[in-house]
Amino acid sequence: MSAAAAAKSAILRAVQDAVAGAPDAAPISRDYSQRDERSHTTVIEEFIDRLQDYKAHVERVEVRGLSSCIADACNRYGVQRLVAPVDVPPEWTPSEVEVLRDVAQLSLAELDGSDAVLTGCALAIAQTGTIVLDGGARQGRRALSLVPDRHICVVFEDQVLGIVPEGIARLSASPERPITFISGPSATSDIELSRVEGVHGPRMLHVILVESPLAYSEGKLE
Amino acid sequence: MAATPARGRSLPVLPAFPKAVKIALADTQLRRNLAKATTTIRAKRARVVEELADWEELRAAGAAIKDETLRHLDHYLLQLEEAVTRAGGRVHWARNAVEANTIIARLVRDTGAERVVKVKSLTTDEIRLNDALASVGITAVETDLAELIIQLAHEPSSHILVPAIHKNRSEIRDLFRRTIATGQDLSDEPKALAGAARAYLRKQFLSAQVAISGANVAVAETGTVGVVESEGNGRMCLTLPRTLITVMGIEKVLPTFRDLEVFLQLLPRSSTGERMNPYTSLWTGVTPGDGPEAFHLVLLDNGRTNVLADEVGRQTLRCIRCSACLNICPVYARTGGHAYGSVYPGPIGAILTPQLLGLERAKTLPYASSLCGACYEVCPVKINIPDVLLRLRGQVGASAGQWNPEAMTMRQLAAIFSSPTRYERAQRMARYGQRLFVRDGVINRLPGPLSGWSQARDLQPLPAQSFRDWWRERRQKTGGA
Repeated sequence: MSAAAAAKSAILRAVQDAVAGAPDAAPISRDYSQRDERSHTTVIEEFIDRLQDYKAHVERVEVRGLSSCIADACNRYGVQRLVAPVDVPPEWTPSEVEVLRDVAQLSLAELDGSDAVLTGCALAIAQTGTIVLDGGARQGRRALSLVPDRHICVVFEDQVLGIVPEGIARLSASPERPITFISGPSATSDIELSRVEGVHGPRMLHVILVESPLAYSEGKLE
Repeated sequence: MAATPARGRSLPVLPAFPKAVKIALADTQLRRNLAKATTTIRAKRARVVEELADWEELRAAGAAIKDETLRHLDHYLLQLEEAVTRAGGRVHWARNAVEANTIIARLVRDTGAERVVKVKSLTTDEIRLNDALASVGITAVETDLAELIIQLAHEPSSHILVPAIHKNRSEIRDLFRRTIATGQDLSDEPKALAGAARAYLRKQFLSAQVAISGANVAVAETGTVGVVESEGNGRMCLTLPRTLITVMGIEKVLPTFRDLEVFLQLLPRSSTGERMNPYTSLWTGVTPGDGPEAFHLVLLDNGRTNVLADEVGRQTLRCIRCSACLNICPVYARTGGHAYGSVYPGPIGAILTPQLLGLERAKTLPYASSLCGACYEVCPVKINIPDVLLRLRGQVGASAGQWNPEAMTMRQLAAIFSSPTRYERAQRMARYGQRLFVRDGVINRLPGPLSGWSQARDLQPLPAQSFRDWWRERRQKTGGA
């Protein structure tokens, strides 16, 4: 037996010996909240509150105002070079900035030399103010949303779920994708527990929340 | 049988807690830093835990999921190996630190790299990976801010979560000026200090070929591995280098992807007192065109199967390394982590370390507690730390033999307490004898073999009249009945 195989079988045998005769584990009861029963309007309000709580910038726009909202944000932050995944709609990217499309894998130096990245997201979780990326539509590969110093993220209101179990349930359809949970700009409290926003990941997170017809009608019904 | 051949008598014994603690308690700067840090995190945790109406249900589920995993750990480890392999990763098994370090050093060498970037990982501290890599000419650069600080200062960590909790801003500024920011006019503002670390580490991230991480979770069902962090150094290491090597204790596996819904709620709220930590990365093997091209997962035993074998002690393996028990502990909040002499300090360290290393190497640690039980109350996976402490104390007592002072004293006390006559006689003798030891209304030093007990405890002197004496006197006065 090779050394590697010996280690594996020794560990497995040690585990079996250790638990031999142990009582069966109690059944796992999942009587914690699985679904958020609140209205979508309340959920959206909470999402905005949580984003602001950890110092992300957040704006709410209607679909037709999205392009100009992105352009305004780029203008405000002085963005000249904007990284974008290949499938971000052309109408999202402002004409006055240089758009670096990740067509043939931008180099790390190119990403590092950019001013911001523009992405969509897979879903968001209101209770924790979390945006989830999974490399799906309009998100690109992970390095894109990591290396640039500012992250402008477009979230549609119907992508916003209430609580963590709802998010995990949706992600479990394709768990093999590379998944990133983003809850605010990167931060550290390592020095005297004073919070510093912005360490290695983007130092600024700008969320553009797009009102979707679904949420709009729900809100009207209340 | 233990799968840890490296365990043996020749290994060094940790310094005794009662001795080490004296150094820590004399350091007033350390005590100020600790008091501020532990009170702050404690309050934040309490606030965000309060927000969740189903916190107790989540704790119960967390404990139950871990118990199920541990009961069938062999099955879940094999399932994890299969899933990771299917997703393009490679799994390695290491019985102990030496095996793990040898595997990792070989994997790094195979890439030709001489430098690796590291995500903060207690498991790699446990196996002293950085020293092992250095001995074969590989430099490991810590990228978590606090880990970088203590690496540059050549000091051990003092807290699971905020390892540089013992250092204040001016000490860190002076350190950076000497090391990574020489010749720079650096202020002691945390923002400026974090900025200096960012500039230094960015160069490291963008050029690194190999990264080494720990893991907070690994899902047997899907092969998905997860790291939870705040600064983004984790994402940098997990995403940019071509090769990723992850080391994890075998107890970190979870059965299903769905189980993440429990632990991604329990961990951040218990750990940093946040509703969610800034970044969580979940990856499954390798994804073409996104992230590392090679992924290795090293599964480490290193004493864990010994812990698993004890019916009371095995619950220790539920631990998700959140550090809530450190922050709540009245002992830790005053002594800090160094006094425990181990990678795992605080209440969890007091039970985990002696079980991982063997009780003979850390037999004072089970006594580093007042048994107040606060650690059990905050534990997100309901580890009954006081129960395990008592279990270990019992084992220390039993191994000391029947002629050691504690066992002899206990036998005498048992004899005294079992007879009213002997009990009263002993009380009278003690009341008379204690006069020599009472100072300012307390007894703070006992004679002979009892002196060890009174080293860290004050004793209330016996009152002039006992309850039994008072009762007899009252009956005599009132004429009985």
